[in-house]
Amino acid sequence: MSAQVAPYRNVDLLRQGLSRRKMLDQLFVIVGLIVMLACLLVLAVLFIDLIRDGSSRFGWDFFTNFASRRPERAGILAAWVGTSLIMLVTAMCAVPVGVAAAIYLEEYAPKNWFTAIIEINVTNLAGVPSIVYGLLALGLFVYQFDLGQSIAAAGLTLALLILPIVIVATRESIRSVPKAIREAAYGLGATRWEVTKDHVLPYSTGGILTGMILGLSRAIGETAPIITIGALSFIAFLPQSPIQSEFPFISFQWLDEPFTAMPIQMFNWVSRPDPEFQANAAAAGAILLAMTLMMNAVAIWIRYRFRKKINW
Amino acid sequence: MSEAISKPGISRKALRYRKLRDRIIESLLVASGLVAVFTTLAIVAILLIESTAFFEHVSLIEFFTDTMWTPLFADAHYGILPLVAGTLTTTMVALLVAVPLGTTIAIYLSEFAPYQVRESVKPVLELLGAVPTVVYGYFALTMVTPVLQYFMPELPGFNMLSAGLVIGLMIVPYVSSVSEDAMRAVPRYMREGSYAMGATRLQTALRVVVPGAFSGLAAAFILGISRAVGETMVVAIAAGMQPNFTFDPREPAATITAYIVQVSLGDLPHGSIGYQSIFAAGLVLMFITLIFNVVGFSLTRKFREAY
Repeated sequence: MSAQVAPYRNVDLLRQGLSRRKMLDQLFVIVGLIVMLACLLVLAVLFIDLIRDGSSRFGWDFFTNFASRRPERAGILAAWVGTSLIMLVTAMCAVPVGVAAAIYLEEYAPKNWFTAIIEINVTNLAGVPSIVYGLLALGLFVYQFDLGQSIAAAGLTLALLILPIVIVATRESIRSVPKAIREAAYGLGATRWEVTKDHVLPYSTGGILTGMILGLSRAIGETAPIITIGALSFIAFLPQSPIQSEFPFISFQWLDEPFTAMPIQMFNWVSRPDPEFQANAAAAGAILLAMTLMMNAVAIWIRYRFRKKINW
Repeated sequence: MSEAISKPGISRKALRYRKLRDRIIESLLVASGLVAVFTTLAIVAILLIESTAFFEHVSLIEFFTDTMWTPLFADAHYGILPLVAGTLTTTMVALLVAVPLGTTIAIYLSEFAPYQVRESVKPVLELLGAVPTVVYGYFALTMVTPVLQYFMPELPGFNMLSAGLVIGLMIVPYVSSVSEDAMRAVPRYMREGSYAMGATRLQTALRVVVPGAFSGLAAAFILGISRAVGETMVVAIAAGMQPNFTFDPREPAATITAYIVQVSLGDLPHGSIGYQSIFAAGLVLMFITLIFNVVGFSLTRKFREAY
């Protein structure tokens, strides 16, 4: 022992080592900050680059024109309408199913092999590459269910894709509701569904909303799966409006129609050699990115607000 | 007691109705849970069925040993190796970016950063993973490649290097958040012990926390790999779509995912060999990511249980 201690009897040596170690420590703080800032800087550069490249295209016409062979006349009308309708289908399918599955896993499921199988599947699905969902949709929705290359097929595909996100987020927020609240409700004779509906769900609304928005923000930018099912990139008409002026006022014809979407339109423009189209791609990308960032910001804000509002 | 129950308020009938309603709702909830199971089964079934049809034309030996992948040419070759090589190369480049950056950020956030910094930086960092991949593709093609060409003038316009770099950046928040979780699972007393021996924060981080969280870090890297392997749009846009059997990141090449996109962009008839080939490619992709995911998730479970 004493042999090892011996060098440090020399106080100067000890001081030197200590200051060197402290310097390294400080150095790492700086390195860590730089790395972090560099990553954030990339995000900023990305956004600024898109806005700069696309600046010549921003304007009302860009939103109200269809795609065109002439870059300066081309717009994203069909794309943003298509994206909105797809998101509608996705939200309508993924949210109820995802929330229900999460409620089952957290509130109802007994601890047995059956539950374990569902849980393993949810975890695995979260790791499946998005293009594989595209292949699933191509084989199942487009050809087996004969939905064709329609808005319904795209919406269902993206719904399956974000299902794990919705399930995981909902489970987390349900789990954070204290047991005491459930016990109190059970004590008054409430059934399991009544406890869930009247007590657990209201407290976990924030988490569920956050999960839903994050899921949709993922879906809105997904390109690969909808390319795989065969989205067209040149569409010069709009799907039939869901709201009609005549009886029965609501039409589901649009579900069946071919479509294009924002990321598809952007991809189409990026892959053209003509540099004029790159500006269109940049403008579409900036809008797409702004939508995603906004959705994420809203999700963060909701999470923050609900966390602050609830005091157990 | 019995008097209270027989009073109106809870009639037997109402109770029975509530129980029935609960039963119905429970079965609906179970059905929703089963959607996840059916999705997995459907993925496996579709991939297997179409791939079986593919492998009736193409022998497994050719599939795994031929070094050319040209299913759409007159002289058709069906060797998956070029696509796998492209996938592995872009993944390697991505890891070379994501592992050092992600780990450094994780160590900084978990061991050094004050609470406010951590809470405000993390959501912003997550945004890096939220950017649509097609936007990253544009970024790689029009921003990263020209910058790289400035240093390497002979670099072609499509190359795996810029695609890989951008994918790496994309998975940084993923790697850093899983790693940080793992490091924060290392109990406080181990750090205290290290500090008590006179170690600095950096020494504690590198010699106590990182080894203690090793399985979690491994999980983060492996899950990152699985992300990078499945990434599609960045490579489809920035790496070119020509299958090219090379491990040199400076060359253009197609990955498994890029090939699927390329075929989908064309108009291949349902049931043709080209159509079936994307399912065979998808099966290989699914298999690779599945292996990484299973290993990764079992490692994360390990670090959550370890302490």
